[in-house]
Amino acid sequence: MEKQGKVKFINGPVVEAEGMTGYIMRELVYVGEMKLVGEIIELDGDTATIQVYEETGGMKPGEPVFSTGYPLSVQLGPGIIGNIFDGIQRPLPFLEEKNGPFIARGAKVDSLNPEKEWDLEIKVAQGDYLKAGQIVAEVEETSVITHKIMVPPGKKGEVIEVVPDGRYTIDQVIVRLKDEENEYEIKLYQEWPIRSPRPYAERLALTEPLLTGQRVLDTFFPIAKGGTAAIPGGFGAGKTMTQHQLAKWSDADLIIYIGCGERGNEMTDVLEEFPELTDPATGKSMMERTVLIANTSNMPVSAREASIYTGITLAEYYRDMGYNVAIMADSTSRWAEALREISGRLEEMPAEEGFPAYLPTRLAEFYERAGLVKTLAQESEGSISLIGAVSPPGADFSEPVTQNTKRFVRCFWALDKSLAASRHFPAVNWLDSYSEYLAELAPWFKEQVNEDWIELRSRAMALLKEESRLQDIVKLVGEDVLPDNQRLILEIARLIKIGFLQQNAFDDIDRYSNIEKQYWIMHVIFYLYDQALPLVKKNVPISKVKNNELFSKLMRLKNTVANDDIVQIKDFKNEIDKFYQELADNYKN
Amino acid sequence: MGDLMMLKKEYTGLANINGPLIVVEGIENVGYDEMVEITAPDGEIRKGRVLQVSSNRAVVQVFEGSTGLNINQSRVKFLQEPMKVALTKDILGRVFNGVGEAIDDGGDIYSENKYNINGNPINPYSRQYPRDYIQTGISAIDGLMTLIRGQKLPIFSGNGLPHNELAAQITRQAKIGDENENFAVVFCAMGIKHDEARYFVKSFEESGVLQNVVMYTNLADDPSVERIIAPRVALTAAEYLAFEENMHILVVMTDMTSYSEALRELSSRRGEVPSRKGYPGYLYSDLASLYERAGMIKGRSGSITQIPILTMPNDDITHPIPDLTGYITEGQIVLERDLSQRNVYPPINILPSLSRLMKDGIGADFTREDHPDVSSQLYAAYSHVQEVKSLASVIGEDELSELDQEYLAFGDEFENKFLNQDNHTNRSIAESLDLAWELISTLPRHELDRIAEDLLQKYYRGNDQDGKA
Repeated sequence: MEKQGKVKFINGPVVEAEGMTGYIMRELVYVGEMKLVGEIIELDGDTATIQVYEETGGMKPGEPVFSTGYPLSVQLGPGIIGNIFDGIQRPLPFLEEKNGPFIARGAKVDSLNPEKEWDLEIKVAQGDYLKAGQIVAEVEETSVITHKIMVPPGKKGEVIEVVPDGRYTIDQVIVRLKDEENEYEIKLYQEWPIRSPRPYAERLALTEPLLTGQRVLDTFFPIAKGGTAAIPGGFGAGKTMTQHQLAKWSDADLIIYIGCGERGNEMTDVLEEFPELTDPATGKSMMERTVLIANTSNMPVSAREASIYTGITLAEYYRDMGYNVAIMADSTSRWAEALREISGRLEEMPAEEGFPAYLPTRLAEFYERAGLVKTLAQESEGSISLIGAVSPPGADFSEPVTQNTKRFVRCFWALDKSLAASRHFPAVNWLDSYSEYLAELAPWFKEQVNEDWIELRSRAMALLKEESRLQDIVKLVGEDVLPDNQRLILEIARLIKIGFLQQNAFDDIDRYSNIEKQYWIMHVIFYLYDQALPLVKKNVPISKVKNNELFSKLMRLKNTVANDDIVQIKDFKNEIDKFYQELADNYKN
Repeated sequence: MGDLMMLKKEYTGLANINGPLIVVEGIENVGYDEMVEITAPDGEIRKGRVLQVSSNRAVVQVFEGSTGLNINQSRVKFLQEPMKVALTKDILGRVFNGVGEAIDDGGDIYSENKYNINGNPINPYSRQYPRDYIQTGISAIDGLMTLIRGQKLPIFSGNGLPHNELAAQITRQAKIGDENENFAVVFCAMGIKHDEARYFVKSFEESGVLQNVVMYTNLADDPSVERIIAPRVALTAAEYLAFEENMHILVVMTDMTSYSEALRELSSRRGEVPSRKGYPGYLYSDLASLYERAGMIKGRSGSITQIPILTMPNDDITHPIPDLTGYITEGQIVLERDLSQRNVYPPINILPSLSRLMKDGIGADFTREDHPDVSSQLYAAYSHVQEVKSLASVIGEDELSELDQEYLAFGDEFENKFLNQDNHTNRSIAESLDLAWELISTLPRHELDRIAEDLLQKYYRGNDQDGKA
């Protein structure tokens, strides 16, 4: 084990070392006297190129490189949820305890607290034969997540020894297995290399939506549980706001939020806000189901590259327990740029805009780790839904990261700068966005929400499309010259835009709409349209048909009616009836 | 140890000189990023920094430039430590050059405490989320893009626009609660003109804060490599004052465009693979390493608020410098030439402007209950004004509907009364909000869909009463 190389060249986070025979590709190494964390990314004869996850200032040629013998891995066990880690799974609260408010280098800390004791409930007995992935014990990790201790992939056998229920630390052996050749020890945690996907039994077709409580997403561009989505948008378009909303209100069991190369204060915001928010599904604090990974823009660039792999590996682990996990990666562009920076320092031949040619491959590998699967032991199903923010330079969607991401995701939620400028939030452009999951999810919506859900959505979409065509005309000649039936379309579209698409993240009622409320608001808007149109056709002037009071009231239903009070929305139809009946009576002759 | 002599060995002769970069060969025991002292043939001593090092060869960046160095007589000494500055509270009221050497007549700063200018990233877990607003007395900023203590809010400007006046007015009027006595300004000039620097000094003098200002100046004709050091020295001083001396620090950094250009110059000399417009691929990370040094820390009472100024080349907001800056900072204040030409000061185009932190720092507990809704309504209405204007340019103002004409009138009033103010006018937040109500009350009440009903009841002053029961 006493292999030891020597540093021979240093260029920022890229270090070359010699005397590295016997080291393995992607091995985790400790570089220099300060023992900075690094990973071998290239081997050439006895020279290795190492990507170092911390600042290398002060390091000198000739300093030693220490081997560990295993690839860059994460610790998987109880203690992950509610925690905040950096890009290589170092818990930030521990780093603070150790070094104060600034992150020092060479800090070796345990990812999971080795001293904490967990209440363990054993699920197997001596003599049982266990397969990989099978559950051996359970721990209540938080009030909403039961952590299932599983047989790690690659291990199996008969239980020859098992501890009784009780309190154990993660490092204690709780079960011994024996198969034909080997004996295995099972502890409360296992380790897994971040760059390898964890195995599962079978991939399944997606049938259920991941409901986000955001009307424009759930109704117009729904994502499936196990699906992938991208949120591209220039700065100020609201990517991070949208990601925060999704992290708060998605109906996943577990949220992993990766702050990849973004602002420090945004992570602080989540840290301060989430513990105080209540999850509508469980009634418990949001932090009980959230894991944060923070590698902010000023933290070392190579750890930024690793952070999304760390995040998805944690997600896969909980998926293997049978949970629905949702990952928010903000932002994948920063990850791609980290890739570019390291590639540049390696003097690799660049492809488009300086990005390495393997960018699409890496993106595909990442997004394909999402999905709905039957777990390894075939005991349950779990899913990973992956939502990546993309930050295109100059908000130009033709750049390589956006374009390549588009190839590998099936939901595209395009954020629009001009919507953001007029403070229309979420600034999701309804004409540029799409969801490929519609057809797969339609049966669910029909069954769970309403038979005519698809029809209603299509009508709304067609009306918005028509409105955009009419707006082109309005821009040239003004609204007054349009015939009244077309002006009615503009008014209904305005109702949809303000009363449905716009959603205020800071309003206690409006911030989260359950799917039923979404359906009924849209239903009422079209009910009004259907009552108003015949009158317009009978030449009742649009100024009468568009009653300000009625329209304002409908627009405010989203704010005034709570999720559990839908009947008020349904009752609004009576008001519509009453108004148009009177109007029709006035114009009878 | 006893081998101190060997450690600080001096090497004579260079292998290569290329712009501000020199290559030294046959070296030993040299660390990455450490400081270097170069003695020119005429005896002048310059400073530099190791950019790349291998077993026997180091690439060094010379701060003062390489003019006057030669291959055979120049001598190089490696100092075995990263660049550090000595800091005490005595730096207040002093003027330094881009590498932190005093250039006024106050003499050098001596202190036991020397700080690495690169700093260390703040642990996100240790940050305190900024929530206290700073009243700047400028309606557009206070009302629509409120500055928060601990925020980084840049001014995106163009050449010829009054960004300096605006920055000076903000520093002059910035009121942070009642802790003004604990308030100081760190001013970092990068590649700006002598006249501009003088303007700032004069403005600080007039407002009587000069003894609370620390200046780091690298002017347009100073060596461009020093520009890469200057903001780091300035921010190290800011961190010292904020987190060790518990002061509230406002950092004004101008011009970030010159800084980025210096970075590009150096990158191209090093033969690095360029990304957009020739800027290095790490421009984002590099800018972040400056901007992210703003903020507040749990358990410490000081704060660093940053107002970086950048001039957008060709007024193009999609240029890499404003673009990457916008992705890192917590909003931006965008100045517009068109408004400036119409004599509106400050010429802030509110639509692309934004303060990301204002959502948690305004409203009932902070500024006033109606602030969030009023701000959102002003944005929505002014955005509609732009649509009406473009329609009017096609069909003529007379053909507009009555409502659209009302919007047009609102737009003019908004620009002339709300945006526009004298550069010595200091409006309180309440004054700015009252002014906003005066303007939005000219619109029909049912158009105000961003404002809650109870607030309309309380504040709406128009004579349009429809929508009321």
